[in-house]
Amino acid sequence: MNPDSAGAQAERRSPEHRPLHQVALQIGALARRSVNRTLRQPAQLVPSLVFPLILMAINSAGLGKATEIPGFPTDSYLTFALAIPFIQAGIFSVSNAGSDLARDIETGFLDRLALTPMTGLSLVSGQLAGVLVLGVIQGVIYLVVGLVAGADFEAGLAGVPVLLALALATSFAFGCIGIFAALRLGNGEAVQGLFPVLFVFLFLSSMALPRDLIEQDWFQTVATYNPVSYLIEGIRSLFIDGFDGQALALGFGFSVAIGLAFLAAASATLRTRLTRT
Amino acid sequence: MPAAIEVNGLVKEFKKGPRAVDGIDLRVEEGEIYGFLGPNGAGKSTTVHVLTTLIPPTSGEALVAGYDVAKQGAEVREQIGAALQEAALDPFLTGREHMRLQTALQGLPRAERTSRGDELIGRVGLSDAADRKVGGYSGGMKRRLDLALALVHRPRILFLDEPTTGLDPQSRTALWEEVEGLASGDGVTVFLTTQYLEEADALASRVGIIDDGRIVAEGTPATLKAEIGEPSVEAVPADPGDRERLAGVLARFGDDGDCPRSTPDAVAVRLARGDGGLADVVRALDSEGVAVQHLQVHAPSLDDVFLAKTGRSLEGQGAGAQEDGVPDERQAA
Repeated sequence: MNPDSAGAQAERRSPEHRPLHQVALQIGALARRSVNRTLRQPAQLVPSLVFPLILMAINSAGLGKATEIPGFPTDSYLTFALAIPFIQAGIFSVSNAGSDLARDIETGFLDRLALTPMTGLSLVSGQLAGVLVLGVIQGVIYLVVGLVAGADFEAGLAGVPVLLALALATSFAFGCIGIFAALRLGNGEAVQGLFPVLFVFLFLSSMALPRDLIEQDWFQTVATYNPVSYLIEGIRSLFIDGFDGQALALGFGFSVAIGLAFLAAASATLRTRLTRT
Repeated sequence: MPAAIEVNGLVKEFKKGPRAVDGIDLRVEEGEIYGFLGPNGAGKSTTVHVLTTLIPPTSGEALVAGYDVAKQGAEVREQIGAALQEAALDPFLTGREHMRLQTALQGLPRAERTSRGDELIGRVGLSDAADRKVGGYSGGMKRRLDLALALVHRPRILFLDEPTTGLDPQSRTALWEEVEGLASGDGVTVFLTTQYLEEADALASRVGIIDDGRIVAEGTPATLKAEIGEPSVEAVPADPGDRERLAGVLARFGDDGDCPRSTPDAVAVRLARGDGGLADVVRALDSEGVAVQHLQVHAPSLDDVFLAKTGRSLEGQGAGAQEDGVPDERQAA
């Protein structure tokens, strides 16, 4: 039996059946699903928008005196702390992206997708789309709330797209961690278990103080080796310094490096998870 | 003529797990509805997962639409549709959004995507619910949407893994009609797993009975039932002390050794003269003064076939039993 008729072969050669077009179509379809699903889950959406703002309000109210430490880079702790919600939002991205994919694995939805010509690249890219869209929405909201509350934004209007790009890169980095965790663990609850672990990384960074003002040597060392410090400092630089090339390069660099490393790990794990022949 | 599905010596053994499929052979012809019947854990779903290329076989050969499932997975997937156990749908998407996703992933031309989606949604009777989130669908609606999604790319072979498990009788009948229409009207070959005897009996042109990973019987439902022979009569004495007397009377009408339905409470024999012997049985019991609490004639059923081949009954196993799942060997180690 030869199911490949000449008509079917000709149809596959048409522009709509070229491999790249097909991959783009698949990514678009999966991205639309990911965005819809993210925006339709208030239980995912609301905490990731509200909790970072609440924590920022508490931090800036309680740690305001820190600005009096000699060498503190700004006289507004709110301005200093405004970078933190962006990272916390990223941590929520791990949970959101990972939980969604883990649920697909648990419910068999991934098997449904595996029965189509979908590529692994399409799956991972499409799955990240919801997180990236949410990252931009979060970035806009944090910026607006911060400015309304009196924070400075030294980079000005030109810095807004850079800030949003950095927010996007941060969401990409953490989203890739979530995708990898979901594929590796295959279980939503296990992915949620990463949440507190990532918060430890946040607390052991330059979140609350600039690295050079951290008094404990061990803490300063840990914060220096902790990539989260550079994600925070990249975003923070736009609020405090304007355009600091080094801080921005490190922020973008670490975000992209983390994202790509976990994307590669996710792709390798996907080959184990998707055992289709 | 080449078969739609041809399986020779198929084995699937999971790491640290059971030999779920233990050397099965089967052949499904084009346009046929093949019922794969068996209890939970028999190996039905694992077989479907191998035939649909979702997991590789351990050994043996399986050709689907002429393609080797182990080496030509992509070609096999082009030819098949599948609605696997537990309709895997996204509760946050509408029926129409599922259809849009599926048509795009299957690579349908843009102009065809909407029309094909609408056509299939209409065909399974979900037009009114198409823009509602699937989370609010009933079990029957989810199954129908699942079926429609499996048909998006006009597959020649359709795999349905326990499509009616958990459905009410009305939804089950509606799905049966749809499956029958696909085979008779559209010429689609259907490979259907089920643990419901009546489903296999009503739908399948041929049935394979699987138990512990092995096919224990195969043929048309009529042939398999004919192999069992005549109907059996089962009686429970009103007084348990009369069991031996009851057995003595029934022994005049048939062979109890050929009928595995006897229990400590009931006596059963295969009637040597078919249904016609029942009146004589009643008269004999009456004249011997043996009162019975329960008397029932069993026409040969697929359950009798299962009982004869495995020594166990299939009836009643479906409702509350654990689902027949596929061990997850895809867990990243």
